[in-house]
Amino acid sequence: MSSDLTRRTAAELADALAAGETTSVEITSAYLDRIAAVDGDVHAFLHVDAEGALAAAREADERRAAGSVRSALDGVPVAVKDVLTIKGLPTTCGSKILEGWVPPYDATVVARLREAGLPILGKTNMDEFAMGSSTEHSAYGPTHNPWDLDRIPGGSGGGSAAAVAAFEAPLAIGTDTGGSIRQPGAVTGTVGVKPTFGGVSRFGLVAMANSLDQAGPVTRTVLDSALLHEVIGGYDPQDSTSIDQPLPALVAAARQGASGDMSGVRVGVIKELGGDGYQAGVRARFDEAVQLLVEAGAEVVEVSCPSFVHALAAYYLIMPSEASSNLAKFDAMRYGLRVLPDGVENPSAEEVMRATRDAGFGDEVKRRIILGTYALSSGYYDAYYGQAQKVRTLISRDFAAAFEQADVLVSPTAPTTAFRIGEKLDDPVAMYLNDIATIPANLAGVPGISLPSGLADEDGLPAGFQILAPALADDRLYRVGAALETLLTTRWGGPLLAQAPELKEVSA
Amino acid sequence: MSTSTTTRLMSFDEALEKFDPVMGLEVHVELNTASKMFCGCPTEFGAEPNTQVCPVCLGLPGAMPVVNEKAVESAMRIGLALNCQIAEWCRFARKNYFYPDMPKNFQTSQYDEPIAFDGWTEVEVDGETFRVDIERAHMEEDTGKSLHVGTSGRIHGADYSLVDYNRAGIPLIEIVTKPIVGTGAKAPLVAKAYVAQLRELLLGLGVSDVRMEQGSLRCDVNLSLRPVGQEAFGTRTETKNVNSLRSVERSVRYEIGRQGALLEDGGTVVQETRHWHEDTGVTTSGREKSDAEDYRYFPEPDLVPIAPSREWVEELRGSLPEPPREHRARLQAEWGFSDLEMRDTVGAGALLLVEQTIAAGASPAAARKWWLSDMARRANEQGVDLADLPVTPADVARVQALVDEGKINDKLARQVFDGVLAGEGTPDEVVAARGLAVVSDEGALSAAVDRAIEANPDVADKIRDGKVAAAGALIGAVMKEMRGQADAGRVRELIIEKLS
Ligand SMILES: [Zn+2]
Repeated sequence: MSSDLTRRTAAELADALAAGETTSVEITSAYLDRIAAVDGDVHAFLHVDAEGALAAAREADERRAAGSVRSALDGVPVAVKDVLTIKGLPTTCGSKILEGWVPPYDATVVARLREAGLPILGKTNMDEFAMGSSTEHSAYGPTHNPWDLDRIPGGSGGGSAAAVAAFEAPLAIGTDTGGSIRQPGAVTGTVGVKPTFGGVSRFGLVAMANSLDQAGPVTRTVLDSALLHEVIGGYDPQDSTSIDQPLPALVAAARQGASGDMSGVRVGVIKELGGDGYQAGVRARFDEAVQLLVEAGAEVVEVSCPSFVHALAAYYLIMPSEASSNLAKFDAMRYGLRVLPDGVENPSAEEVMRATRDAGFGDEVKRRIILGTYALSSGYYDAYYGQAQKVRTLISRDFAAAFEQADVLVSPTAPTTAFRIGEKLDDPVAMYLNDIATIPANLAGVPGISLPSGLADEDGLPAGFQILAPALADDRLYRVGAALETLLTTRWGGPLLAQAPELKEVSA
Repeated sequence: MSTSTTTRLMSFDEALEKFDPVMGLEVHVELNTASKMFCGCPTEFGAEPNTQVCPVCLGLPGAMPVVNEKAVESAMRIGLALNCQIAEWCRFARKNYFYPDMPKNFQTSQYDEPIAFDGWTEVEVDGETFRVDIERAHMEEDTGKSLHVGTSGRIHGADYSLVDYNRAGIPLIEIVTKPIVGTGAKAPLVAKAYVAQLRELLLGLGVSDVRMEQGSLRCDVNLSLRPVGQEAFGTRTETKNVNSLRSVERSVRYEIGRQGALLEDGGTVVQETRHWHEDTGVTTSGREKSDAEDYRYFPEPDLVPIAPSREWVEELRGSLPEPPREHRARLQAEWGFSDLEMRDTVGAGALLLVEQTIAAGASPAAARKWWLSDMARRANEQGVDLADLPVTPADVARVQALVDEGKINDKLARQVFDGVLAGEGTPDEVVAARGLAVVSDEGALSAAVDRAIEANPDVADKIRDGKVAAAGALIGAVMKEMRGQADAGRVRELIIEKLS
């Protein structure tokens, strides 16, 4: 029964709860058991809050018994990336520098999860301060890909994607600055959505790059993402950059798309995001998926976004610039780690800051702080940060022009399937190239989804299909994503994750 | 801190013969909004340390700022009152530097897009009008306050330091002048008059408490000298935290003397920040200001641009109080002050105090008398601004009322002020506690007058002979006996009655 529960989608669990076939306590317990059984190998979680989750589950059951249900997902548990604050639970952002810090407040996303009645299972692993594409940069050890434990689960949100892929959670929250929701989704065979910038509150999201960060759903199906997106999305007065407009009807769009009918939908294939540099198996699955859409009635055109070739360079100027400033607050003065320098008597505040930052930040974080500090320095600002902002404008124009020709744009999510742990650790540029197809959406603030397109022939690992829509038109992601999901699962005879190897369960 | 006793100063007059001072004034004003610049925390002064804080103003991870609309409105009103343009579109920027009392290690400020810019105001010194051009007025947040515990009182050598973040995030407006030229020997007075007028203007707008001693108005003074007749500016110094009107004047005067001597001796002025020492009246070298200082400004990505509608701007412009010059002209007419009396009142920084004293019920003449003579002397003795004396306009009005009612005389009134300034309470409390009421008991007065006549027979004879002026000696004797607590007018009447 309990393993059966963990295999169900969130929508199915919600239906079962509504039908009185199960309880939130049963579901939550089943997931906690699964975490206990497999997370020793996967290491998706940094912190599991069994007590809190079960208490929330009991409350959900009591509410339901009393006839008051807070949301479609009331009682369905969720995991949260360790970059969002949860009052009373440790928040580390995968960094030693925040070890032991317990925030006194809930992120808005977390507050909305609580209001909607979702028990929170715990905090998931991530690259330190969301800097990475493999979760290897977590100060607390890497997360392993459930498809092959020797491989990376993507990053920075590898923990959330692996938790969902390993059936340790039905739903998870991720954050996406350059692809940190979508690329892990691609390499773990799961679904991940980066909403329109401003569509989900960033209040309580520990910022890497404020103008690029966006929290979003990590799930096993498109419909589950839509359900979760509707819970966490919408205007928040505590985030000045959040959009004061109602969300489009996302769940309805997902249900509509699930029919598989694509007639009347114009799909633009982005010329610049494909071809050389993309693994053959990834390209093959992508091409087949496009063909399926054509067969389902979509009108497919090729669109060109010439400025996208500069996206990675612009991203690696803007993101470190903002990050270098954001991370200045970690100075050992008020919270988190404090390291006293060796052999210094009566160290000054500056010496303590230096020693703490040296010991508390990992190499990738230091690399980006140095990059960003340099890019913002007087005399370099115009050439680096200023130019990057211009590229950003050009990319937005490319998107605007492309959306004249197509309702949605598509590409492979990531150029490769999951690589081996350690393989790219010493080659930052190779690591950065993982995000080449996902970064343009962050720079322009448009929404994107990644869903599984199948397994690559050469390694039998999942590949991802990315769909991008105009800002505020997140519903199109769900309409088209759900259609493609129906077409593909019909072909596969079931969800892709059903083909993943069984993980060894240790009895609790 | 050593105050370098070796510094040679040139006399002010000599320096002004050879050099032409150029000033720039940067004034930071704390707004009196109920909540902070980017969060809902209260801004009350003097609360227990770290009780007015939240995740936003503590810079906790994940917290995000939201702009206080009231602060934006205050900034715009200040800009308009200084005849500035109001930006159609502007942004906040991050000013990055590390300091323990700054929670985020960047200050959310404005950089190249200030809310208000290109304004002007006019100040008067000794009947001469000087125009001060305003470069910009921009919004930013205050930092926390460090307390360095130890013998030095400074961060270096402190045993430990404590930080109070109650002040962190309080809205500040920084008002920056363009270089002020052509003031010559009046430079120190123009600087003082500008800050005094700014204080009046801000109070009139109701946007700040402008208590300089509480740090709600803080001034940085930039000063350079150029040889008389030279076009190009000299190298400037920036004297930080000059926090009283008196110090503004004194620090300008000091820097003119210091830089004059330096240049005269063939030296060069170092572009640097200098510290002002209120107690000794000198400036000392702080850190050198050079290219090394790089704040890595960039637009604050957590805030959206501010684009005040022109309707809003015009609405605020329409509701401005009358400008200082008109305000003064109206007051002068109402009070019946001569030009000289008005000028002295303004020059002493007493305009507002006199205005408030009159509002509290005193006559214009009495209000001016107390502030410009008695209080001015006391402030001068204590080395503080008039406004910083611990006596309120209401206190002064009350003391004058007691005089008018005959309860005390002028001499006793001074003793009442002694008590008020010593913290003994309100004027009425001081009168009661010190037993300062005038004796107007006819019997007691009459007896005292009799004793005085008896003790001074020759004086009494003169008065009997019609030399009424001699009565002063007898009045003095009576007052002495009554320890000053007699109604001098009544004493005089009694003497004349008895000796005619
Ligand atoms: Zn606050």
